Amino acid sequence: MNEFIEWLSNPWPWYVSGPIIGLMVPLHLILLNRTFGISSSFRHACAAVIPNKLPFLQYDWKSEIWNLIFAGGILIGAFLAAQFLSNGEPIALSQAAIERMNRFGITDLSGQHPNQIFSWELIGTWKTLLFVVVGGFLVGFGTRYAGGCTSGHAIMGLSHFQLPSFIAVLGFFTGGLLMSWGILPLILS
Amino acid sequence: MGMAFGIILVKAEVLSWFRIQEMFAFQSIHMYGIIGSAVIVGAISVWIIKKMKARSIEGNVIEIPEKAKLFVSPYVGGTIFGLGWAMTGACPGPLYALIGSGTTIMILSVIMGILGVLAYAQLRDKLPR
Repeated sequence: MNEFIEWLSNPWPWYVSGPIIGLMVPLHLILLNRTFGISSSFRHACAAVIPNKLPFLQYDWKSEIWNLIFAGGILIGAFLAAQFLSNGEPIALSQAAIERMNRFGITDLSGQHPNQIFSWELIGTWKTLLFVVVGGFLVGFGTRYAGGCTSGHAIMGLSHFQLPSFIAVLGFFTGGLLMSWGILPLILS
Repeated sequence: MGMAFGIILVKAEVLSWFRIQEMFAFQSIHMYGIIGSAVIVGAISVWIIKKMKARSIEGNVIEIPEKAKLFVSPYVGGTIFGLGWAMTGACPGPLYALIGSGTTIMILSVIMGILGVLAYAQLRDKLPR
């Protein structure tokens, strides 16, 4: 039993977590009769919270409430995992990645997200605002324009051999590589 | 089910900015292995569900809707999302998970994401599809 808890507390290798994430596809189809996708929850939240007359946001969001409940579940599950199933060790990045982070001036590699960027104490700095505020806006705008995110397009869409999803994933990497190789080094240097 | 997914996102480390940067720099198999193996399991599941004409627990035969046959918007929208993904280090699921696991500043990213949807809804008719 203790060994099991210890195994749970260590990060799971990709060949364990990947297939479990893949099971979200049939679980959604069978239990919810819906396709797997998370970014729509931003749309539902927008339609529910912000009064407007925009056609894109005039629909019965209440019938999609499961998606918001799912999002809330993610939050609770992540809380439980971080509280009770974590060993507190830094993420085992590859040596190349650690060196690259150091070149960026990111020396604190503890936790999941770099404390040197994503913390409330740094909210007044332009870098933190840029990453958190502009980044979040691009995620919301981009996923809706593309019609899905990593779950809806990359996992659900590719599992269903959808050509638009393949094109969307090419887009994800176009933007990601542009940011990671082109813009990020400028911001962080 | 959402809770299970939240636990997995933490244990798989896919909500980590470090892991996302490592992925875009092609410095580890971790993220590619996760997405790749998830798609393989997903594709086999979809194949079986279609082959067996499986029913959902509500009792009706599962029909999986096709994605709209659009090509400009997935690419351009996907690129915009990719820029944001590499900045926040998180796609929408991991954003929720980060708030839960303690990086509470990401709540601002979720609010901005919702405003991003609002901006898209405003501009939708003017954007190429």
